[in-house]
Amino acid sequence: MAVMQIRQALREAIREEMERDERVFLMGEEVGHYDGAYKVSQGLIEQFGDKRIVDTPIAEAGFAGVGIGAAMAGLRPIIEFMTFNFSAMAFDQILNNAAKLPHMTNGQFTVPIVFRGPNAAAHMLGSTHSQAFEPFYCNIPGVKVISVATPYDAKGLLKSAIRDNNPVVFFESELMYSVKGEVPEQEYLIPIGKADVKRAGEDVTIITWGQGVPVALDTAALAEQRGIDVEVVDLRTLRPLDDEAILRSVRKTNRAVLVYHGWPYGGPGAEIIDRIQREAFDALDAPVLRECYEDVNMPYAENLEQLVLPRADRALELVLKVMNAA
Amino acid sequence: MARATAKNQAPDAEQVSDQKVQTLHDYREMLRIRRFEEAAARAYTKGKISGFLHLYIGQEAIAVATAAAIGKGDHVVTTYRDHGFAISLGCDPKACMAELFGKATGLVGGMGGSMHFFDRDKGLWGGYAIVSSHFPVATGHAFASKYLGDGRVTLAFCGDGAMGMGPTHEAMTLAALWKLPIVFVCENNQYSMGTPLSRQLPVMDITARASGYGLPSDRFRVVTVAETRERLAKAVRMAREDNQPSLIELITYRFRGHSMSDPAKYRGPGELDEWKRHDPIEIAYRELKDKHGISETELEAIDEEIVAEMTEAERFANESPQPPPEARFLNNYAKD
Repeated sequence: MAVMQIRQALREAIREEMERDERVFLMGEEVGHYDGAYKVSQGLIEQFGDKRIVDTPIAEAGFAGVGIGAAMAGLRPIIEFMTFNFSAMAFDQILNNAAKLPHMTNGQFTVPIVFRGPNAAAHMLGSTHSQAFEPFYCNIPGVKVISVATPYDAKGLLKSAIRDNNPVVFFESELMYSVKGEVPEQEYLIPIGKADVKRAGEDVTIITWGQGVPVALDTAALAEQRGIDVEVVDLRTLRPLDDEAILRSVRKTNRAVLVYHGWPYGGPGAEIIDRIQREAFDALDAPVLRECYEDVNMPYAENLEQLVLPRADRALELVLKVMNAA
Repeated sequence: MARATAKNQAPDAEQVSDQKVQTLHDYREMLRIRRFEEAAARAYTKGKISGFLHLYIGQEAIAVATAAAIGKGDHVVTTYRDHGFAISLGCDPKACMAELFGKATGLVGGMGGSMHFFDRDKGLWGGYAIVSSHFPVATGHAFASKYLGDGRVTLAFCGDGAMGMGPTHEAMTLAALWKLPIVFVCENNQYSMGTPLSRQLPVMDITARASGYGLPSDRFRVVTVAETRERLAKAVRMAREDNQPSLIELITYRFRGHSMSDPAKYRGPGELDEWKRHDPIEIAYRELKDKHGISETELEAIDEEIVAEMTEAERFANESPQPPPEARFLNNYAKD
């Protein structure tokens, strides 16, 4: 096992897939000569040249669309958004082209493409740069959505995403690029659509993903001090959802709390709660609660931002609440 | 130079004969599009077709010229006004009509309708209904051609209404920056839905934008298939041989409204009649009759044959089955 940061794990996934398949290329702002805004693609231009590590001008709709058109013609693009906040400029390309073309052409075309980059809040970037895009992309049939929280998951899932024949939205985290973890020396893939139990427990299930995972694990540690055994289920893929893993855990613990970065209205948080109440209503000893962003635009001021973001101490309150509900 | 010399000589009998064959072909192909569109309009008023139906009547010469200007394997990417390209590129009118009827035998199995025609093997790579959204995608086809070295050229068509939109300009920027084998063609039919050019663009010469991207450009009124074909072919050659993209503005006119629901009350008095006097189909008709001595009876017979083809397409569409219920689950995701 090698120990590396998430950014390195992502880079190794890109490198291995580019070595394996000539059709794979990376395109985005500052991915080449600048070595990547967050250094994910550091050094790749030296290995693969500017034909396959393609710097673009600031033109999200333009280069996202170019990726889609190239994918239709047989290539396998990886499109990097410097942040998913900028993907809003390319939303039409993903919504109306990438997601719809296989269906709308009656299967004449496929769109094997990955859109990746950091998602959700970082630190004091203000409201336009602090948004979690899961609700937008998870809502679209035709798209797969992944969100990773460890180097191991980042590498294994990005490799699978690049090999997938569908458009895949792949969420990373600006604050977590430096998170270290073990990654096997030998090649491995993680299947899309499979959750991972990051901490086994018996009393309460915390369902989480991406930037929510460390908050969930902190919450579990706080709960442990109170004698509560929390199971942390990291979804890793948000579309398709791993219903089986969610329901298996909830049926065991009879209680669930969601911890994630993102607004409360709609989105995967609401979807997961709906599925739990439909499929495991009888197993529940308490309502399913969630710790996520407050329903406001993100303020810049540090004290206010801290109030809006999901926090382990507040998630603990929810854990205590569902424990006391029975 | 060689061609200039030839022009000064009297055309020999062989040239005239070639011209006759060519014009006859062009006339027939333009008329096939027009009769298809007329059949579709009739079916729409009968309630056989729903949704939006944007007719290509008046602009047929462009689709016919395009089909002749491209090579095998090239890609044509266009807007929701896409029936003309489908017919000129060789799609079966039966499949096209069945698509309008929402039938399983349609060009895309009843999944797309009028605005989303695709026939990969015939070179019709869409059929896009979000204005301007297809320009980056078309540029991606050209990116792939250069990456793979497959020698293909992409022709990306838009209307004048797309010229105010961002993705149009991002696409031209990227294509010019990366020297991609693509030809951008704006079919300027004078109206963005009901808004005339004068109220949508500060500079009405669309090709004035080309210099901002360093793109060579061409701009002309579409009168004959022959001239349009020749000038498009030049741009295609430039793209294929030198990876030099360009922007062409084709000045044209649609004789019908924006879509079937549009009575086109925004036209100036006499405007439609004036444009109709320069209808490329009428011009070809007169050339065949007056210059090449084809009788009205012969031309009438061609028309009847085409009307019969389109009537058959309508019958086929009408009698075809709707897609089975389970078809809605197909192709939302690709097979592994």
